[in-house]
Amino acid sequence: MAVKVRIPTPLRSLTEGQAEVAADGKTVQEMIENLENRYAGIRERICDENGRLRRFVNLYLNDEDIRFLSDLDTELHDGDTLSIVPAIAGG
Amino acid sequence: MSYVQGLKCRECAREYPKEPVNICEFCFGPLEVVYDYEAIGKVLSRELIASRMPNMWRYVELLPLDEAPTVGHDVGFTPLVRADNLARALGVSELYVKNDAVSYPTLSFKDRVVAVAVSKAREFGFDTVACASTGNLANAVAACAASAGLNSYIFIPSDLEQGKVLGTQIFGTNLVAVRGTYDDVNRLCTEIADKYCWAFVNINIRPFYAEGSKAYAFEIAEQLGWRTPQHIVVPMAGGSLITKVHKAFKEFAQLGLIEAAKTRIYGAQAAGCSPIVTAVKHETDLFKPVKPKTIAKSLAIGNPADGYYAIQTMTQSGGWGEDVTDAEIIAAMKLLAETEGIFTETAGGVTVGVTKKLIEQGRIPRDESIVICITGNGLKTQEALHGELTEQHLIDAKLTSFEALLVEKEAQV
Repeated sequence: MAVKVRIPTPLRSLTEGQAEVAADGKTVQEMIENLENRYAGIRERICDENGRLRRFVNLYLNDEDIRFLSDLDTELHDGDTLSIVPAIAGG
Repeated sequence: MSYVQGLKCRECAREYPKEPVNICEFCFGPLEVVYDYEAIGKVLSRELIASRMPNMWRYVELLPLDEAPTVGHDVGFTPLVRADNLARALGVSELYVKNDAVSYPTLSFKDRVVAVAVSKAREFGFDTVACASTGNLANAVAACAASAGLNSYIFIPSDLEQGKVLGTQIFGTNLVAVRGTYDDVNRLCTEIADKYCWAFVNINIRPFYAEGSKAYAFEIAEQLGWRTPQHIVVPMAGGSLITKVHKAFKEFAQLGLIEAAKTRIYGAQAAGCSPIVTAVKHETDLFKPVKPKTIAKSLAIGNPADGYYAIQTMTQSGGWGEDVTDAEIIAAMKLLAETEGIFTETAGGVTVGVTKKLIEQGRIPRDESIVICITGNGLKTQEALHGELTEQHLIDAKLTSFEALLVEKEAQV
């Protein structure tokens, strides 16, 4: 599945400055692996050493927090947009 | 005069210079202000603090400015009320209410964080300030920006109470109501902050902004006669205030201004939005975001940024978390008003209601000192009380009319 991924500023040094990149994967997990293959180092910024989403990273699939869906196992469809958004804001 | 050394990631300890940034570039953890406590310890004393004006800047060494504050000079030092009537109603012996319902100028504790954030934004040279808000912050930022002569953009969920909307519009700000929850607003603002060079007080200015909350707790300790209470109950939305109350008490103890702080810290949420309390009850440090549904709109943050640290604050201090229903919130607002003459907003109802519950559960002992944190004003959330209060009596302007009413009332007794 081809999806669009929106990259926050702190990660753009890994994506050659691009704010949006294309990626493939049947699930969010696969998409992250796919990103890692092209932009080495990005996985450890999003996931901790146990492979879980980092505590202070939010991933939104078409505006829905993936923690309300199936977390990293959430399935992706062609044309989906995934946003990586830092969690530390507001309040 | 600055005692701020820089910023540091709370998770991975990477260090950053004093800049308008809020997250660690590596692990996305929150950045904290680092102070030179040794230098502060050499100058700050009870006597020095007591000699200063009664406002939050009497603790200026422990606030993250490099220059003297340029806005919000009169913010802070709200009353710590000895609440004997409420204490009797709850069956406890020593109870206080820290009353930021009368915070100057916009009637909530957010005046404190904004005074720091906007002063800091000016130090950084910004000409526009902004925020994502559930209402109180909107009021505070709009007012402070007006007094500072700065442009402001305020983003709120579109279903806020009228008092909070009008109380923002009056200051001539750019008010943007977003279709969605606070969490949707917050996410949008994170993207806007990424793109526009504005001082978002609770995004890129957040490490400095959040420190302003400490003044609320410094005042409690000073007003209690340089000691901390044995128990304190704090409302939680994003979870920042409760962590800063803890930090403030620890800083005062570290500087020798009080004896070691052994306060048990309790967090209060509405049942319709209790991700942090739920995690505490399940004894886990991972919280699950929720979709809020509560009349306590100022606490309706389903994905709290400081949720993790709020959980740690409660568990490490020996406290606990509890939540109350909308009906319990209204009953508690009325209880505080009828016993102490203090009209708090729905969030205050949450805090009072949770305090009552924790006392009844035996989690807070009846013979020890307790502080309830009241952080907002009831005039701003009047919708919640429609149909909940005793009706007023309508009469003609005649003595006979009034006396007929008295007879009617006596007959009811």
